[in-house]
Amino acid sequence: MSNLLNVSPSPHVHGKESTQKLMLNVVIALIPAFITSVFYFGIGAIIVTATSVASCLIFEYLIQRFVFRKPLSITDGSALVTGILLAFNLPSNIPVFIVIIGSFISIAVAKMTFGGLGNNPFNPALVGRVFMLISFPVQMTTWPVPKGFGTGYTDAVTGATPLAIVKEGLKNGEPLSKLMEMIPTPSQMFLGDMGGSMGEVAAIALLIGFIYLLYKKVITWHIPVAVVASMAVFTGILWFVNPEKNADPMFHILAGGVLLGAIFMATDYVTSPMVPKSMLIYGCGIGIITVIIRVYGAYPEGVSFAILIMNAFVPLMNAYIKPKRFGEEVKNG
Amino acid sequence: MLKTFPTGGVHPPENKLTAAIPIEYLPVPPSVVIPLSQHIGAPAVPVVSKGDYIRTGQVIGTGKGFVSANIHSSVSGKVNKIDFVSDSGGFKQNAVYIDAEGDEWLDTIDRSKEIKREISLSGEDIIKKCLESGIVGLGGATFPSHVKLSVPTGKKCEVLIINGVECEPYLTSDHRLMLEKGEEVLVGVTILMKALNVSRAMIGIENNKPDAIGHMSELASSFSGISVHPLKVKYPQGAEKQLIKALTGREVPSGKLPLDVGAVVHNVGTAFAVYEAVQKNKPLFERVVTVTGTFVSKPGNYIVRTGTPLSLLIEAAGGIPENTGKIINGGPMMGKAVSNTDVPVVKGMSGVILVPFGESVRKETEPCIRCAKCVEACPLNLEPYLLMTLSERSLFERAENERITDCMECGSCSYTCPASRPLLDYIRLGKSTVIRMARERNLK
Repeated sequence: MSNLLNVSPSPHVHGKESTQKLMLNVVIALIPAFITSVFYFGIGAIIVTATSVASCLIFEYLIQRFVFRKPLSITDGSALVTGILLAFNLPSNIPVFIVIIGSFISIAVAKMTFGGLGNNPFNPALVGRVFMLISFPVQMTTWPVPKGFGTGYTDAVTGATPLAIVKEGLKNGEPLSKLMEMIPTPSQMFLGDMGGSMGEVAAIALLIGFIYLLYKKVITWHIPVAVVASMAVFTGILWFVNPEKNADPMFHILAGGVLLGAIFMATDYVTSPMVPKSMLIYGCGIGIITVIIRVYGAYPEGVSFAILIMNAFVPLMNAYIKPKRFGEEVKNG
Repeated sequence: MLKTFPTGGVHPPENKLTAAIPIEYLPVPPSVVIPLSQHIGAPAVPVVSKGDYIRTGQVIGTGKGFVSANIHSSVSGKVNKIDFVSDSGGFKQNAVYIDAEGDEWLDTIDRSKEIKREISLSGEDIIKKCLESGIVGLGGATFPSHVKLSVPTGKKCEVLIINGVECEPYLTSDHRLMLEKGEEVLVGVTILMKALNVSRAMIGIENNKPDAIGHMSELASSFSGISVHPLKVKYPQGAEKQLIKALTGREVPSGKLPLDVGAVVHNVGTAFAVYEAVQKNKPLFERVVTVTGTFVSKPGNYIVRTGTPLSLLIEAAGGIPENTGKIINGGPMMGKAVSNTDVPVVKGMSGVILVPFGESVRKETEPCIRCAKCVEACPLNLEPYLLMTLSERSLFERAENERITDCMECGSCSYTCPASRPLLDYIRLGKSTVIRMARERNLK
């Protein structure tokens, strides 16, 4: 032993948790969704994910190395998660150069301009995705039909997503009952057999990831449950009032990116609130805004926009919504 | 479902290596250094001078004012000098240096092994006895016990809560005490009940000590009004307010005392010391200390005289292992790291942990990812990440509004932080600044 002892204030033990481990657990939770996307969309899913992950990591590295000139923290896993989530929000046949542009927006603009990990107000993957949606509307809404593992990258057959079918159909005045015959059954949707972004289709895979994240205590239940519950209530009311014009809650929850958004995007640590009460409000806000966009807005899908809008309220909620402190307004009986 | 406090808390690895090792007496040291401030409050005033011959148990310092405590000699021998000593926190304070000669106890102390259950003293005399015997809270806070027992007029104590939780990892001194001196502890509890004039006492013990729960429950059946309650293992359950909440469901208001919800909390170690003082006339000059650590060759629980140099105690446990990087006085969550082993053992020292070098160094601080785990872990429902930022930026008024002074410094936030941020370090800084600001404001 050296004669010098370390002297530091308590606590002298530290939990085994680290940023890297948390990010790794998110990646593990995303594996089932990745497997299903490869299963349905084939080689394209692998190409898009690999491109997105590689370019996110490279952009983060370059900016840390040449702009920040600080010790590298590329191994913390946050850029890896952003890369995977960005890919999961894209169609599997999207050209590689668009993916690279999207990654650049996600990392360089949405994350690093604010100072890197922990400082960005908006979810980087979603900023990237929305940028791509607005800049490349055709490529971003050309959805390959799930044809199985053998599907090539560019030769995929394309078709509309269930949400788009319903949105277009209702706009053209077709009755909902007829439209519902054109879309996959709820059980097909639950298993992911429908058109859409590669990571969002299989509810079952996303729920497995959710259970894993809860088990590992990476996230709490508050945000995902609030998103899904508020959507179910809102769409349930609309459906009850006019079932010919409004799809049922089950359809709204299984179609599109609700589960991917609620479980993996809305729960992004950096851009979600700190206090359980705020988490519930934030989740409900996302659910309600999503339904408003889907039912009354121009886009068939609104999860990305809803999350970004609610991201903007997070600093406000953190500043004004406080947990009930221990020993405050005491009721003793 | 086992009871526990409702929000926050963490569960660090328990590492109770010495739970099965019986308490052993450490031989009387050749010399002791007895600090005159081993308690919260004013330091005691020395009443002996150089060259005096004193006996074991004799008063060497008397408490100054109400919130203070007497200090007794832990050995017999000659006073070498009265001088400064660095205490375990690194502060200099007055101490009595005594060279031991034999071990001659005061005649008034009953050294028989027999357990005395009849309590002859009245409530008032019990409090006086605690004051004379220098009894302080042995859970670590060392608050003078006679102060806690003197219920101010207008307030009423309804229940006495006995803390047998020992929620800190590694420490087992209270655990062993309950197993080996259970009956004495219960007599001590009865004495405390009499002093407080309550008919009900609840002993809270965490469920990782099933043997102590079983033993104490069995013994408690022959005492009236005492019940034993197993609790779910969760840190910081030994904190006064958390323990009251867990056992009674009552929440002590912010800035108030347990007595405001009709409770008084004492530690099992204190109950034992009270027993010895009241029934055996023995003042507080020795206590059980756990000496432990992953690489310690002979970890154990030792009854140590106050003033014994830490180095002697560690030697008894097999010496300092080669790879030691830190020595903690107390538990790993709230204990203080000591800078050397010359510091004396004091009344508040419940354990000594020898930490290997690898575990003694903190991990590098990373950026806050706003995961909210600190908010989840805080047992007082504060927002540690925010308090840290406010303290870091010297925004102390805002920190005060966010109730930084409620923080009890349990360390759950720093423990849980995945980015290894020094949350509690900054909160301490902010808290002490806010307290100072408030004091200056009150003076105006």
